[in-house]
Amino acid sequence: MAGNWSRFNIVSLVLGFAFLYLPILLLVIYSFNESRLVTVWAGFSTKWYVELFSNRGLMDAAWVTARVAFVSATVATVLGTMAAIVLTRYTRFRGRMLFSGMVFAPLVMPEVITGLSLLLLFVAINFDRGFLTVTLAHITFSMCFVAVVVQSRLVTFDQSLEEAALDLGATPLGAFFQVTLPVILPAVISGWMLAFTLSLDDLVIASFTSGPGATTLPMKIYSQVRLGVTPEINAVCTILIGIVACGVIAASIVTKRQEIQRQRDEQAAARATG
Amino acid sequence: MGRLLTILASRFVIAVPYLWLLVFFLAPFLIVFKISLSEPAIAMPPYQPVFDLAGGVAAFIGKLGSLSFGNYLWLAEDPLYVNAYLSSIWIAGVSTAITLAVGYPIAYGMARAPAAIRPILLMLVILPFWTSFLIRVYAWIGILKPEGLLNQLLMFLGVIDTPLVILNTTTAIYIGIVYSYLPFMVLPLYATLEKMDNSLIEAARDLGCPPLSAFWKITFPLSMPGIVAGSMLVFIPAVGEFVIPDLLGGSQTLMIGKTLWSEFFNNRDWPVSSAVAVILLLILIVPIMFFQRSQARSREAGN
Repeated sequence: MAGNWSRFNIVSLVLGFAFLYLPILLLVIYSFNESRLVTVWAGFSTKWYVELFSNRGLMDAAWVTARVAFVSATVATVLGTMAAIVLTRYTRFRGRMLFSGMVFAPLVMPEVITGLSLLLLFVAINFDRGFLTVTLAHITFSMCFVAVVVQSRLVTFDQSLEEAALDLGATPLGAFFQVTLPVILPAVISGWMLAFTLSLDDLVIASFTSGPGATTLPMKIYSQVRLGVTPEINAVCTILIGIVACGVIAASIVTKRQEIQRQRDEQAAARATG
Repeated sequence: MGRLLTILASRFVIAVPYLWLLVFFLAPFLIVFKISLSEPAIAMPPYQPVFDLAGGVAAFIGKLGSLSFGNYLWLAEDPLYVNAYLSSIWIAGVSTAITLAVGYPIAYGMARAPAAIRPILLMLVILPFWTSFLIRVYAWIGILKPEGLLNQLLMFLGVIDTPLVILNTTTAIYIGIVYSYLPFMVLPLYATLEKMDNSLIEAARDLGCPPLSAFWKITFPLSMPGIVAGSMLVFIPAVGEFVIPDLLGGSQTLMIGKTLWSEFFNNRDWPVSSAVAVILLLILIVPIMFFQRSQARSREAGN
């Protein structure tokens, strides 16, 4: 709906983005504050970052979080991609309504409900709470986000490519890995990244499902935040924001390159056939 | 042979995610329901066994008579819980309305932006969604507290003499929800506004319709799918929100997510917190079904 971009449009965008970004920017700025008082500026310093790395509890929690996020994102990507294929390709099978319901409902389900219900499941089957239970919980809710991301790419995928591969004698599995997967790969990668950050960020579900020895970083941050705002927490948050921002920017560059490459290939193919 | 393999492969692709979601998403709800019917006990796990199939069908039927709905009666009788549900719905509803009012001009501005910069604007809306929810809520504590940055700024500008009390009030919860959920509102709105045919507006203008009334008569009704999807994406999770009321709201603000959390972690009353969760789910089931239907419909339209 491109039209004339009025002054009202520009002002609302500027105000909107200021609202979205100023709080994060202030948080980052005050992580470099010399003073222990978070809201009084007393000069530039990186001492809170140095202190951070000698904080054993925080470092252990960061390590647990990184492992949970990596494992859960990887499994969730496989399961979520399968779910996306089911949603786009298999339009008719018994229980499809229930299936799509189970994929979309976790996207809006309040976290306290998901967390409590998973915890009760683990207790009911006598499963010791810890690293594994948090990971299983994270796989379950993030696979639904992966499914939505991958599905939105799959609906625009030209299925005749895969049919051509099958006609030429490829096995279904071979056709998937050699034809479909390379095309939907950017969506699969961004699905993985989304699953990774969702796991990295989750406080509520992890609090319910984790056990002794598996304290994640958000749980650690939360317990310190309740005691008050401190520059160390600002520093941890700044590092996390930095990691996520780098990841997102790198991913968008990769996607952009692939897009350009794909367009070139298509042009070359058009020239070759024409 | 090849045909059989294809069928087996498709069965496998359907079965794996299906079973996973049945075990880890659907089955847990049944367990929550089951435990909500039990009595608390001082044990680990802290509830009395209700029924299981180990004793055979006869024992199962026998136990059905002894099910306890006491937890639900308890919830209905204690005004604390009733108020917590009502105030959660109210806070989520008001926040959704504010988020719509804030998000609509942003989505509208994005949709009317030159095509070249639209991907960048889209990226800028998505980026905060990738940063931790907890961090974004935490950032507001430093801004809103009495000696915080907002009060410093307002006092410096001479707008106020004494610091405003915002942190630990319902206002802070509204700010927190609007801020955290804004991308969820903007993205579906932008998706519908971007696809809209501008010639409709031009036709209305040519026929002498003033811009504002062209907006209310054409653009706004046509963007209804985006408004509905965005509002559901904000309202449903906001009703059960825990982090925002816990960190930004005071001890006197009641929200059901916080009540559930403290029943579970502080009082260690698993049956009552399960009953709280069941009622919350019942309240949300209509909006959730509504959301799913609208999602499924827009997916089918995409096909």
